[in-house]
Formats: sequence, structure tokens, C-alpha cells
Amino acid sequence: MPSSIPASTTNDRSFRKTTLGRLLRNRSGTIGLVIIVVYLFIALTSSWIAPFSPIAQHPKDRLQAPGSTYLMGTDEFGRDILSRLMDGATNSLRVAIVSVAVSGILGTLAGIVSGFFGGWAENILMRLMDLIFAFPAILLALSISAALGPGDSNTILAISIVYMPIFARVARGAVLQIKEMEFIEASRSLGASRWRLIMQHVVPNSLTPTIVQVSLALSWAILTEASLSFLGLGTVPPAASWGLMLSDSRKLMELAPWLAIAPGVAIMGGILGFNLLGDGLRDVLDPRLRSGMKGGK
Amino acid sequence: MRNYILKRLLISIPTILGISIVIFLIMHLIPGDTISALIGTNYQLTEAQAQSLRAYYGLDKSLPMQYINWLWNALQGNLGLSVRAGIPVLAEILNRFPLTFELTLVAMVIALIVGLPIGILSAVKRDSVLDLFGRLLALIGMSLPNFWMGTLIIFVLSVYLGVMPNSGDYVDFNVNPLANLQQIFWPAITLGFAFSAAVMRTTRSSLLEELNKEYAQTARAKGNIEMVVIFKHCLRNTLIPLITLVGFQMGYLFGGAVIIEEVFAMPGMGRLLLDAISQRDYALVQGTIVFIAIIFVLVNLLTDIAYAFVNPRIHYE
Repeated sequence: MPSSIPASTTNDRSFRKTTLGRLLRNRSGTIGLVIIVVYLFIALTSSWIAPFSPIAQHPKDRLQAPGSTYLMGTDEFGRDILSRLMDGATNSLRVAIVSVAVSGILGTLAGIVSGFFGGWAENILMRLMDLIFAFPAILLALSISAALGPGDSNTILAISIVYMPIFARVARGAVLQIKEMEFIEASRSLGASRWRLIMQHVVPNSLTPTIVQVSLALSWAILTEASLSFLGLGTVPPAASWGLMLSDSRKLMELAPWLAIAPGVAIMGGILGFNLLGDGLRDVLDPRLRSGMKGGK
Repeated sequence: MRNYILKRLLISIPTILGISIVIFLIMHLIPGDTISALIGTNYQLTEAQAQSLRAYYGLDKSLPMQYINWLWNALQGNLGLSVRAGIPVLAEILNRFPLTFELTLVAMVIALIVGLPIGILSAVKRDSVLDLFGRLLALIGMSLPNFWMGTLIIFVLSVYLGVMPNSGDYVDFNVNPLANLQQIFWPAITLGFAFSAAVMRTTRSSLLEELNKEYAQTARAKGNIEMVVIFKHCLRNTLIPLITLVGFQMGYLFGGAVIIEEVFAMPGMGRLLLDAISQRDYALVQGTIVFIAIIFVLVNLLTDIAYAFVNPRIHYE
């Protein structure tokens, strides 16, 4: 994939050289970004743009095939599928974003502390992370949710715990690399305090791989949230969730196949969008790591 | 090499102990225990009967004592009794494990059979229609949720083709291998599809890298045809990242198997664990999770050993 490297003829502040500008000239990055923007827009405005209330039941219009009134049909309670999909976007993205924020902040903090200071802090933190790593990720998330019971906050907790070690490792790796660089040495010899070294030099320079990881984590979080809801461990009915809608559709598949199609497409689109964006960001931000080197976790 | 294996095994002991402690604490910190769950649902027990039941299962002792008891018995191969089923935990696990293991293994084989050739073709015929098709397939594979794919497969099989792969009665491999493989085929395809995408991507990118290296140029300069360069020289080096991927993803597949078991209604380990957690069957949860963690550690160890065989440059001290 010959990602074009910008010619440095224009001045430094031109749009083409900014991250966004370069991302927009990366094919997968652009497609991913467009999908994500659409999803975010729907998620933020679902309560205004949805044609019906996601939980309003229309008893006369049960199991309607997609048509002019109900663009994507209705379910066995006569609830509008399109409205439920939009509400599902709100719920799904909220869970994904909050859990990635929690795991990203805590994990990155743990990674920076253990990478920069080393010693006992590193030992304790990284051993803890290893403990989480010593177990298949999705199975751990399942176990935590099953133990705590269904509900969005428990799902968020489960996803955050499982993803934290990945952020910690990514941040630690970056810090270890940067710590040894000459400009850190230079700054230290100029008398910079530890705090200043971390905040001014180490953190900004070590965030690049974390940004890529955030996008991939979001795609994993959407998948995990959907999986948990599918198994009845995530969102509590009657609130709409893509995984739950898919799970409910199974018993009505012969009568109403459209129930099984729409939520699946919604989940897949979200995962695809964040995956593509992550690949694009990796190409743009870190040319050394080409896309396709690592499969998702 | 032997020392390395021993060392790795020793290092993994604290990890497994740590996992068992954490799981033990989590399970006991959550309100509601097995006995009260039993009283609440099927059985009418007096408080005295409940007390004696707690004593029978050792639930009346302090938490540290309970853990030490569990550990002492576990070291002797006794993982306790499943409260719900009334049979030894280890027997229950060994009963369910083969199905999950078989599912994981078949899925992996399918993924390699599909992903490896497509990956090689994609790299060799780079930027061709074939490559585009392969990359598209990989992209879909990575984004398609396996439970959705499973749902769709069941839908197509049952509605359009009139066959139902599994209707609850699962046939053991030892009883009827053919019927067993028939039952496991579609679930394994579902589970393996995402993995085949990862295999394809890894094969493609690492083979592309190898094909441009100097030793490949040398092989070409000596007059070797491209086939020899690819298969005799480059593919071997491509195997190294692929082995990491396989080892790394084995655990992922194992976790994914849980969801697939649920979709296809198969009596595997995953459903055992989920049921045990929701029923607060402490001994069963503890046993299952420690068992999985041990399997996970062993798989990782095997990955590292396989690594040394494929790549003679690696020496473990």
C-alpha cells in the first residue's frame, strides 16, 4: 500500500501536513473517518432524528416488513427497528467510548509510570497487567459481566479492565524508547524537573501509538458490548442494543428475517469504521508500523 | 531449552495462583451465595439445614481458610464438588472440554487452510484483482461479528436448505466421528472466519516484506524461478510472525468458542462457565477459570517452543 508521503515543498502550517490532512489522503483512513462521523452524528442526535420512540410499542403493527411507515420494519412488539437501531448507536457508542476512556487513561498512566520510573512500581503494575493478560480477553469480559450482572455500567467496567493492560503495554513501550533519546538527556542536563520531563517531553511523544490503539480499542469495545448484549449480559431490555436485537431476532428468523439483518450491519459498520480509521492513523502517524502487521486482539 | 521450559513453567505458577485468588475474591465479594440461591429457587430449606449445607461445602469457614482448603485439594487434583450438579468439578470440566478444544482446533485448521493460500497469492500478485479480493475478504472477516455470522448461517441452513446442523443432541467424536464433524463444521467455519482474515493479513504483509529482502534478490540472481524463491526461501521466514499469531490467537479463539457454543447450542466449556457464574457455583467457576488459565499458559509456552524450532536464530538460555 504505497501511502503517499507528503512532499515538503509547502510551508509547515499547510493543511496537507496536519494529521487530519494526511489522514484524508489515506484511503482506509478516509472511509473509516466518514463511517465514524456518521455513526457519531446518529448517536448524538438519535432522540431527535429517530422517527419513533425506540421503546414505543405499536400493537397493531407487529412484525411489519420494511415499508414506507416503518423504513426497516417492526419487531414482535411493534417497535420501530430504525428508531431502535439509532438508539442502539447511542447506547453502544456511549459504552464503547466511556470504557475506552477509562481503560485508556488508567492503562496509559500505569504504562507511563512503570516505564519512566521502573523499580517496584513497574514490577507491581506490570505483574497486575500480566494477570489480566493471562486470560482470553473476551472470556474475561464475559466472566466479569456474568459475575456482576447485566447493565451498562458493568459492561463498561468489564471492557475497561480487560483492555487496560494493552494501553499500559503500549504506553510503557513508547516511554521506554523515548526515555533513552538524546533530547531527554539534553533536557535533563538543562535542569528540567522530573515532572517537566514527563509532561513536556515524554507524554506528548509517547502518545502516538496510544492514539492508534484508541481507535482499535473502540472497535473491540463495540464488538464486546454487542457480544455481551447478545448473551444477555449487557444492556437491560427494553433499552435498545444491537446485540440484544440480534439475539431476539433468532426466534423469529423465519417470520421476520429483516430483524436479523439490520442490527448485524450496524455492528459490522461500527467495527469496520474504527478498524479502518485505526489502520489509517497507523499509516499516517507511524510509517514504521505498516498496516496489516498485527491482527486485532 | 529444557531449562527454559522449566523456567517458564515456574514463572507461570504465580500467575495462575494470582488468577485463582482474584477469581476467588471476586466471586465471594458479590452478594448472594450458592446456598441462598438454592433456597431462593427450587428448595425449601430451614435456616438450620442451610447452615449444615454450608458446613458440608465448607462455606462456613473464613475466606482465607476456604481458599487454602481449595488450594490444598486442588493440588491433589480435587477441584471440589459442583453444588448444582453434585458431581466433581474436574469430571465436569473434562466432560465439556473436548468439544471446545475440538471446535477451537478445527476452526484454526480451517482458518489456516483458507487464510494462508489467499495471503500468499495476495502478496505474490500484489495490487491485482485477486489481491483486492483477498484484502476485502480480510476486511470483512475482521469486522463481521461471529455471533451474527453464526445466526445467518443457521438461518440459511434451516430456512433455505432445510437442514438443522445442531438441534441440541450433540454426538461425541468417539461415538460417531462423521456425525460429530458434520455438527462441528459450521460452528468451526464461523469461529475460524475472523481468524482466517488475521492469518491472511499477516501472511501477506510479512511475505511482501521478505520478498523484497536481499536474500530473496540473491536467490533470484542465482537463476531460481520465483516459485522456489517464494516457497523455499521466503515462506519459511513468513512462518515466524504467523506462529506468534497462531499462539496469540489460540486464546482468542478459545474465548470466541464460548459465544459460538451459545449460538449453535453446543454443550462446551463456555456454557459451563457462564451457567456456573450465574448460579454462583463457586467451585465450578474457580475450577473452570483456573483450568482455562493453565491451558492458556501452556499454549503460550508451546508457541515459544515452536518459535525456536522454526527460527534457529533464537536461543533460549
